[in-house]
Amino acid sequence: MTFISNLINGISLGSVYAIIALGYTMVYGIAKMLNFAHGDVIMIGAYMSFCATTYLHLPVPAAIFMAMCVCTILGIVIEGLAYKPLRRATSLAVLITAIGVSYFLQNIALIIWGSAPKTFSSVVPFGSLRLFGGELIITAESIVTVLANIVIMVGLAIFTKKSKMGKAMRAVSEDKDAAELMGINVNVTISVTFAIGSALAAIAGVLLCSAYPVLMPTTGAMPGIKAFTAAVFGGIGSIPGAMLGGILLGIIEIFSKSYISTQLSDAIVFGVLIVVLLVKPTGLLGKKIAEKV
Amino acid sequence: MKKLTKILSLTAAMAMAVSALAGCGAQKATETADTAAGTSAAVIKIGGIGPLTGPAAIYGNAAKTGAEIAVEEINALGGDIQFELQYEDDENDAEKAVNAYNKLKDWGMQVSLGCVTTKPCIAVSSEVFSDRIFALTPSASSTDVIEGKDNMFQMCFTDPNQGIASAEYIKSQNLGTKIGIIYNNSDAYSTGIYNKFVAEAQTQGLEIVSTQTFTDDSANDFSSQLNAVKAAGADLLYLPIYYTPASLILAQADKMQYAPKFFGVDGMDGILTLENFDTSLAEGVILLTPFAPDADDELTKKFVEAYKAKAGDVPNQFAADAYDCVYSIYEAIQKAGITADTSAADTCEALVATFTSPEFVYDGLTGTSVTWQTTGEVSKKPKGMVIENGVYVGMD
Repeated sequence: MTFISNLINGISLGSVYAIIALGYTMVYGIAKMLNFAHGDVIMIGAYMSFCATTYLHLPVPAAIFMAMCVCTILGIVIEGLAYKPLRRATSLAVLITAIGVSYFLQNIALIIWGSAPKTFSSVVPFGSLRLFGGELIITAESIVTVLANIVIMVGLAIFTKKSKMGKAMRAVSEDKDAAELMGINVNVTISVTFAIGSALAAIAGVLLCSAYPVLMPTTGAMPGIKAFTAAVFGGIGSIPGAMLGGILLGIIEIFSKSYISTQLSDAIVFGVLIVVLLVKPTGLLGKKIAEKV
Repeated sequence: MKKLTKILSLTAAMAMAVSALAGCGAQKATETADTAAGTSAAVIKIGGIGPLTGPAAIYGNAAKTGAEIAVEEINALGGDIQFELQYEDDENDAEKAVNAYNKLKDWGMQVSLGCVTTKPCIAVSSEVFSDRIFALTPSASSTDVIEGKDNMFQMCFTDPNQGIASAEYIKSQNLGTKIGIIYNNSDAYSTGIYNKFVAEAQTQGLEIVSTQTFTDDSANDFSSQLNAVKAAGADLLYLPIYYTPASLILAQADKMQYAPKFFGVDGMDGILTLENFDTSLAEGVILLTPFAPDADDELTKKFVEAYKAKAGDVPNQFAADAYDCVYSIYEAIQKAGITADTSAADTCEALVATFTSPEFVYDGLTGTSVTWQTTGEVSKKPKGMVIENGVYVGMD
């Protein structure tokens, strides 16, 4: 029973990583850049939802909607001001800019909301699921997070496969210049990608803070790094890969904490990542990309 | 292919850099305390350092406000001794604390209140030792802070003393027989208390059934630690950690419907001030702290009122410790006959001699008959508090 309970805890932790990783992988897959500010957009989304419920007393769906709107606008603004001018620059320059944006957002949050941690009230209205006479407890937050993950993953997969914009995204991802020649507006496509990624970040923020209810300006930083690891683990750019990577990462982390050592858990997680990347450099579900020379 | 691997390895390096720096991004805040009208030349300059911004800001700001109240009261007495207090921000970072210390030294600090938190205070304590400036920290509780430095003193218990006192208290009050522990092994404060607690628990005959750890980077998910403690059948969970992870542990234990007795130390102080925190989660949490804002002696009442007027909330023990720091320095200065013209080095020697002399006994907010040993360690009695209906209530 402890094993199943640990497995469930691993899946719920992993599903939080997965939902963040979806945003990373979506932006990477299409814009071919690592948006390190993603973790901080998550934090802004969580603060927005916190303010909407605590100060404005809005109902939960309205609060989530507001957080998504703010994050979407934020995502488009960040992309337009910070990343668009660097479209032709080296990927390293864009990466450094993304780290800069990440610190910028953290400091903005420090100025607006201060440094004292706030307690986030869970947005999930129902209680934990109890099985086998209370032997096994599944929290409502983890059920909702797993469901949200599946819905978002399927939604994103259908969107990129079927819709016109989705097809444009895939074309931009394959070859920016050729896509442009075919009449696709690359700038608009990338902006839309950021808008979707940031809206997902708002949802991820709300779910992250519902599961682990402490909200600080650095809340998004560490889960962001772990989620990035999960995205690389699953194959960065691959939407099912992000989900698989996130959940596996969560399970490995909880299992190594429970059965090996709490002190070594991070070392084990990253050790597994190194092994996977050695054997399969593109990650578990990553596509092999033939590089043009 | 090669290019991709290169990018990935670069980003991995970046990721490490970001995680190493995470938490450092905070703005500078330098604040000078209000001093008595018209700063005259004949004032004794006291400098304090603490996290005024960042995740530990609640401690730094509490200590700063507590010290300010004491300075204002002393200056209002209009005696020969007038203080000027300046607090600098260290964001709970050792390097920034040393910068803040140098700034205070340039300003002309004669007496230091050290740092509020342990890690920065260890760094600053070696500076005050080599510069011969007397320092009394309100709350940096590790023995590393005072070890080998004759002019560095503590107002709070040392970590080992907290660990020992916890074990004694649990035994004498019969609070639990099977003890589980969750501590932060990336933190000197938490590890220090844990080590002494384990040693003392053995001599007291307490059974430790499960010991679990976490680090600053993995302070989100405690499900596996709680599962292990629960499976081991612990009826008391000892949490020698700060209140932010503790609040997560309380929330997750509640979801698991695991309800042992929770026992914290002074780092737990502050949990009730967390914004939007459901205080019912902390119902029944026991903590050892030397200061109770609900105590009904005159001194405490007066201090709580002054603090409420100044900061708008109830003071925690950090505020009370800082208040006691200023007053004990004041008393020692009177005893030693120090004036504003005495150099920092002479002040230091005189204060060290006074603080360690057996006749020097201080009565304050955080204890009566407080004395100091030559090591810089304080002797006073801890008080057990239990949280009932969202407030601290004294246990004895």
